[in-house]
Amino acid sequence: MTASLKRRDALAAVAGLVLLPPARATPEAMAAAIRGFTGGAPLREGKVQLEVATLVDNGNTVPVTISVAGVPPGEVAAIALFNERNPQSEVVRFDFGPRAAARTVSTRIRLATSQQLVAVARLADGSCWAHRVEVVVTLAACIE
Amino acid sequence: MARTLITVPSSVRRGETIVLRVLLQHPMESGFRVGADGQLLPRDIVRRFSCSWNGERVVAVELFPAIAANPYLEFSALALDSGTLVFAWEGDHGFQHREQRAITVT
Repeated sequence: MTASLKRRDALAAVAGLVLLPPARATPEAMAAAIRGFTGGAPLREGKVQLEVATLVDNGNTVPVTISVAGVPPGEVAAIALFNERNPQSEVVRFDFGPRAAARTVSTRIRLATSQQLVAVARLADGSCWAHRVEVVVTLAACIE
Repeated sequence: MARTLITVPSSVRRGETIVLRVLLQHPMESGFRVGADGQLLPRDIVRRFSCSWNGERVVAVELFPAIAANPYLEFSALALDSGTLVFAWEGDHGFQHREQRAITVT
């Protein structure tokens, strides 16, 4: 009797483990990831521009372009992109070297669901600028 | 060998800004997907990319699982002197790939 109860408990525990949803990024996790990039500097709106379709048909490959305007190119140290509800908050990070020119970068990303994207630019003086875009995703990327 | 598609103008004027586009054939398996057997597919992504011009850095990029398969990157560089552009990728399971392109600055 006790043996079967133990077995039942063990099975339940295993089932619980299996049914646990995979870890997801949350707005808090995104804020933490952004803090990791900015080094705690306050995030100001402006200067950086995130271009992405606000209605995304296919979340498997979403073209994004991030640019920084009104700042001499040499003063932009890095650009990063973050998301709110993919399994992981970070998307991509560009660090510029002495040979980089205009601070406009493009790539293609995956989006698991409708969510907010945040592009952050870190300038040489340490200040950080952000642009937030809400996107609606009709077909999610296959991530689960 | 991974296949790549790299767009570099063959000749440019000094001081000009050129746009570089690079694409690498790679599945970018995120590590969050479940396979047909119900097991998580192990992560297999390209984690880093870098581009340098005659040994000087243009960009260093850190990639995460949210980058789509066949990672495509577009950025720009300042044309100062003729030489070699080196593109290097580095990823999980010891993945490494390197490409070179000659460029003439007039």
